[in-house]
Amino acid sequence: MRISMTVNGGAQEHDVEARTLLVHFLREDCRLTGTKIGCDTSSCGACTVLLDGESVKSCTMLAAQADGATVTTIEGLANGDEWHPVQTAFHENHGLQCGYCTAGMVLASVSLLEEIPNPTERDVRLGLEGNLCRCTGYHNIVKSVLAAADAMRAAK
Amino acid sequence: MIPAAFDYVRAGSAEEAIALIGEHGEDAKFLAGGMSLLPLMKLRLATPSVLVDVGRVRDLSYVRDAGSQIAIGALTRHRDLETSDLLASECGVLRAVAAQVGDNQVRHRGTLGGSVAHGDPASDLPAALLALDATFVAQGPNGSRSIAAGNFFEGFLETALAPDELLTEIQVPKTGPNGFAYQKFNRRAQDWAIVGAVAARVNGGTHVGLVNMGSTPLRATAVETALAQGASPAEAAREAAVGTEPSSDLNASPEYRAHLAQVLVRRALEAI
Repeated sequence: MRISMTVNGGAQEHDVEARTLLVHFLREDCRLTGTKIGCDTSSCGACTVLLDGESVKSCTMLAAQADGATVTTIEGLANGDEWHPVQTAFHENHGLQCGYCTAGMVLASVSLLEEIPNPTERDVRLGLEGNLCRCTGYHNIVKSVLAAADAMRAAK
Repeated sequence: MIPAAFDYVRAGSAEEAIALIGEHGEDAKFLAGGMSLLPLMKLRLATPSVLVDVGRVRDLSYVRDAGSQIAIGALTRHRDLETSDLLASECGVLRAVAAQVGDNQVRHRGTLGGSVAHGDPASDLPAALLALDATFVAQGPNGSRSIAAGNFFEGFLETALAPDELLTEIQVPKTGPNGFAYQKFNRRAQDWAIVGAVAARVNGGTHVGLVNMGSTPLRATAVETALAQGASPAEAAREAAVGTEPSSDLNASPEYRAHLAQVLVRRALEAI
């Protein structure tokens, strides 16, 4: 079936099987491999992308369900050369170790901060319950999200 | 993991969805958010030949004051329940339990009706709806009918819905903002409950729902009877596993689940 959606601001239109998962559509048809497949069972959150601005697990969604939607992956988060504040905060606070969970963590955090612009540490920990870091680097991830929240509020 | 091949059709309305499912026969399934069905399909535990996607039937997404009760469209997402002011003031327990489902990403996609129609005994919301004496409205080719929650969950992932019926609305009583507790026990925050217990004051009584204590969501009727006869929360909670047949898996033996049920019911009763 023919699926079209806006990915990172550009139109993507591909013929795919109905059973194609959104993550495979993004990685294989759109060639955007920044989105990772981790557990493949909607537990780990590595495949998190933004669907119409909200975090979703792209391994547990059909591309057909996103037909006509707007999707943002890690490749589309920066504004040209200017990083998104969440990306900057992860960089400055060393919010990653091996980096495999990072794309999902960053996008889940963007969605979380959209919903809770002034989060407590507990809000961040609960809000990222759907994202696992096998390096167990949560301390700096939480620190990064709190720093991003501060930076985004200061910029307003 | 990739699901087995299927045909995909999209419905624009409840009527169209019911017509499509009738056209495609018993191997066709409705797809709402997909948070329960798609994982089963990826594991090839479910292999429907056709998916009828009802995810875009927008007029089945609402939380509405319907006089003596709250009416909720079957396609209302957990996220919308979690953030509903109406639900917070009129049926706080359902809002709070919805906030415990999965994680943010799951709650952005998963729907109340999808969770109910899937009928997983390990899901949070069906047990809460049982405790609330909710009513489910199912629409089929010959019109709508109402099904009491107590008659809805028939077996493991089996419900009273006919193959060509679409769950369209969930009705819950107005129980107010407080008077409830949900105790969910799990190892990781986002996981299904190993055991869960919902206690809520409903229509003057205390009702208790159990998560993952058998092949269907359950009411702890022995606990409710003991409470009605004047038992203390601690006394009543000892009856929590009466009549249940909890499963065994890598997280818990049946004996451990029975113990957890007693502890969690006691905590829930002491909190309301």
